[in-house]
Amino acid sequence: MLQIFTTLSSLRNFYVMANAWLPWLSVLTALGFAAGLYWGLVVAPPDYQQGEAYRIIYVHVPSAWLSLMVYMVMAGAGLVALVWHVKLAEIAIYECAVLGAWFTALALGTGMLWGQPMWGTWWQWGDARMLSELILLFLYIGVLGLHNAFADSRKGARVAAVLALAGIVNIPIIHYSVEWWNTLHQGATVTRFDKPAAHSSMLWPLLFMGMMFILYFSTVLLARIRVRILEQEADRKWVEELRHG
Amino acid sequence: MAEFLAMGGYAFFVWGAYGLVAIVLIGNAAVPWWRHRRLKGKGRGQGKTH
Repeated sequence: MLQIFTTLSSLRNFYVMANAWLPWLSVLTALGFAAGLYWGLVVAPPDYQQGEAYRIIYVHVPSAWLSLMVYMVMAGAGLVALVWHVKLAEIAIYECAVLGAWFTALALGTGMLWGQPMWGTWWQWGDARMLSELILLFLYIGVLGLHNAFADSRKGARVAAVLALAGIVNIPIIHYSVEWWNTLHQGATVTRFDKPAAHSSMLWPLLFMGMMFILYFSTVLLARIRVRILEQEADRKWVEELRHG
Repeated sequence: MAEFLAMGGYAFFVWGAYGLVAIVLIGNAAVPWWRHRRLKGKGRGQGKTH
């Protein structure tokens, strides 16, 4: 196990692995998205209350899921960076924060575009779900800012890791906000395993889109770390060899 | 087709949401790809020798 850990965390090995995997992952992601979009936009039936407008769910909910999942991955990388000083984890904190911030922005943006026709408002400051998701965006931006704020980038990574770990308290708040405070945002659709609130013909394409978002995140995270390794380790001999080879 | 594009009168909101997601996801995938391409091209033949 330790062997696997050491091998994977070597930047050179990671680079070679990412190079080999990325073409396949990219093709798989593109095909998966094409299938998921067809399923959600064409095959799935319209909603009996919201008509066609509900189809925003197939991009809104996966964006929101990923905004939380990416945060946990980032916090995990933060823990590894703090405890074991692994360079790969320090890079991963930053690249997760970039992608997490975009997923959060998408969750907020698509939510506004859904809220306006359904609730008659783009935004409501009193809504706990909206507010805690906005705080998540600020947390991501804070992590990015701290990561960049130090001349010694490795020190910046560790300070950013501390904020990432402290910000975990916001994650359960976001998740339970629709239960703890009964405000505008509707309750959970999927995580009620006893009796899901949506029909399976609508639920399956949603779960599929969620998986495709995870696949997209994995692929782009790999691509981002790959190019960051190349930029950061530009003076290393193996990078030179790769460039000339 | 026209009916599909009209999205039951919610075209602006539905296509707006999907358009937003498409721009952000495609952009975020293109940026590292483009940076990688440029780096590998630039390094060729003019790297430092140690």
